[in-house]
Amino acid sequence: MEDIIVCEGLNKYYSGVHALKDLSLKIKKDSVVGLIGDNGAGKSTLIKILSGAHQPDSGHIYFEGNKVKFKSTKEAMNLGIETIYQYSALIPEMSIARNIFIGREQTQYNVGNFGLMKTKTMQDDAMKALTDVELHLRSPDTPVNQLSGGERQGVVIARAMYFKSKVLILDEPTNHLSVKETNKVLRFVEGLKNQGVTSIFITHNLSHVYPIADHLCVMARGEKIADMEKKDTTIDHLTDLLVNG
Amino acid sequence: MSKNFSLRSLLVRPEVATFLMFLAIMIGFYIANERFLDARNIRIVMGITPEYIIVAIGIAILMISGEFDLSVGSVFALVPMTIVQMVHQGIPPWFAIFLGLMIGIIVGFVNGFITLRFGIPSFIATLGMLYIARSLTTVATAGFPPPFPHILPNELFVYQFELFRASLYWALLVAIVLGVMLHRSNVGNWIYATGGDQNAASSMGIKTGNVKMFCFILCGFLAGFAGMIQTFRLEAPLPSQGYLLELESIAAAVIGGVSLFGGIGTVFGAVIGAILIRFLESGIIMARIDAEWFRAGLGSLIIIAVVFNTYISRRATRIGQNKAKD
Repeated sequence: MEDIIVCEGLNKYYSGVHALKDLSLKIKKDSVVGLIGDNGAGKSTLIKILSGAHQPDSGHIYFEGNKVKFKSTKEAMNLGIETIYQYSALIPEMSIARNIFIGREQTQYNVGNFGLMKTKTMQDDAMKALTDVELHLRSPDTPVNQLSGGERQGVVIARAMYFKSKVLILDEPTNHLSVKETNKVLRFVEGLKNQGVTSIFITHNLSHVYPIADHLCVMARGEKIADMEKKDTTIDHLTDLLVNG
Repeated sequence: MSKNFSLRSLLVRPEVATFLMFLAIMIGFYIANERFLDARNIRIVMGITPEYIIVAIGIAILMISGEFDLSVGSVFALVPMTIVQMVHQGIPPWFAIFLGLMIGIIVGFVNGFITLRFGIPSFIATLGMLYIARSLTTVATAGFPPPFPHILPNELFVYQFELFRASLYWALLVAIVLGVMLHRSNVGNWIYATGGDQNAASSMGIKTGNVKMFCFILCGFLAGFAGMIQTFRLEAPLPSQGYLLELESIAAAVIGGVSLFGGIGTVFGAVIGAILIRFLESGIIMARIDAEWFRAGLGSLIIIAVVFNTYISRRATRIGQNKAKD
């Protein structure tokens, strides 16, 4: 299988702190990659760079074989890299349909970048997007703050699917979720593989990502300390790496 | 079930609660004094209300984006004062109006720039501007309020028709245009997203700084425009015009269901809030209550509105979450 993302020698400093040390990583197409590590291991720094939110101080990123440099999250999103952050990427008071189309509204009567939203189309497409990830909710007009944590992650994943993301970066998507809700989210992520979406699943909870991951990458102190196929490792070995670095 | 759902989603809307409050107040004062709803009284109240509606809309949109503007009352005086003084200096009336309204836009821009560039609360940035703009107004008065130059096209903005003034139609125009913008356009979606959760909005690629700047500028422009209408109606530029208007417009927005934390509110709510305040004032006078009670009434109304809205929205969220668990 070909690699969809290749990182070479990424370095990042935050006011003198070497947050990411010479990180190289290859991510295979249509796989689930578990990126694990304790707090402060550099996971967040890495995904901020991959999502375009921050720029590396040195090193290169290749996406589908082409060298890329993201100046903003929008640029990464336009190429098909969508990030779901630890804090919800949804606006609680806004409806599901409006949330799905934030920043990418379907408009008519456009003047430059501005136009009137096609409310009906957006509502219908939102429902379709939800059904595609097996999420069955009553109405696209329901405000997101009336959904459970797992359902919210489902909406975010549906949004990424709708906009044909090729890579989905999930930052601690199972944090603060009940066991039942966690399983729901894991099912969403598992389903992505079959639809041609590569996912990078960031977590410090190995037991969440291990069952669904194809490939695992362990980080500590800003460095990659292990990078292997699931078949070449065991949960005990990984736990040992996580605890002892 | 779907019927229950739509009824609930209707009651959840804060501006609906405001509208019910509005009806209650109108009926209450009508019972106290039948002449409260006479054409004559409506003509008087609706003659002054449009100016407040316009300012309240600007404040409401800015608050929805998550920021405040305390300088609207001062801009409300500064803009018409400069227009009048420029006309006295021989500048053609329409050009003076254009330049005057530009001052509103510039003040809005400066408010936004200071808030966003230096990352300070807009409450402080615009509090400073409140004093600066008021001071400039007094300076521009040059010691004595200037006479109103009658070559200004004030009839176009305040002509008294049978029941309403032209200013009401201007206010309606502003409400419709900005209502469509806020509720139907993609810009509106960005404004709600920015005020609702700035981090989430910017991670979705929305330039939240630009969105807020737009709302600051819009608010400054509307405050200046409304102030111009008031001066045109009174045919006297007063340096004290719009005193305490900043608090009253925030009150109108809040009574109309706009959240102090951003992300929630409607143009319709702000309009109703502004009208409600003016009728409350009139009703207290008509009911022969000491006019000093107006502020007590307004204060109570603000508290009731916010408590009520908070209660309703918590309840709605709870119902939704219980349903989600089923």
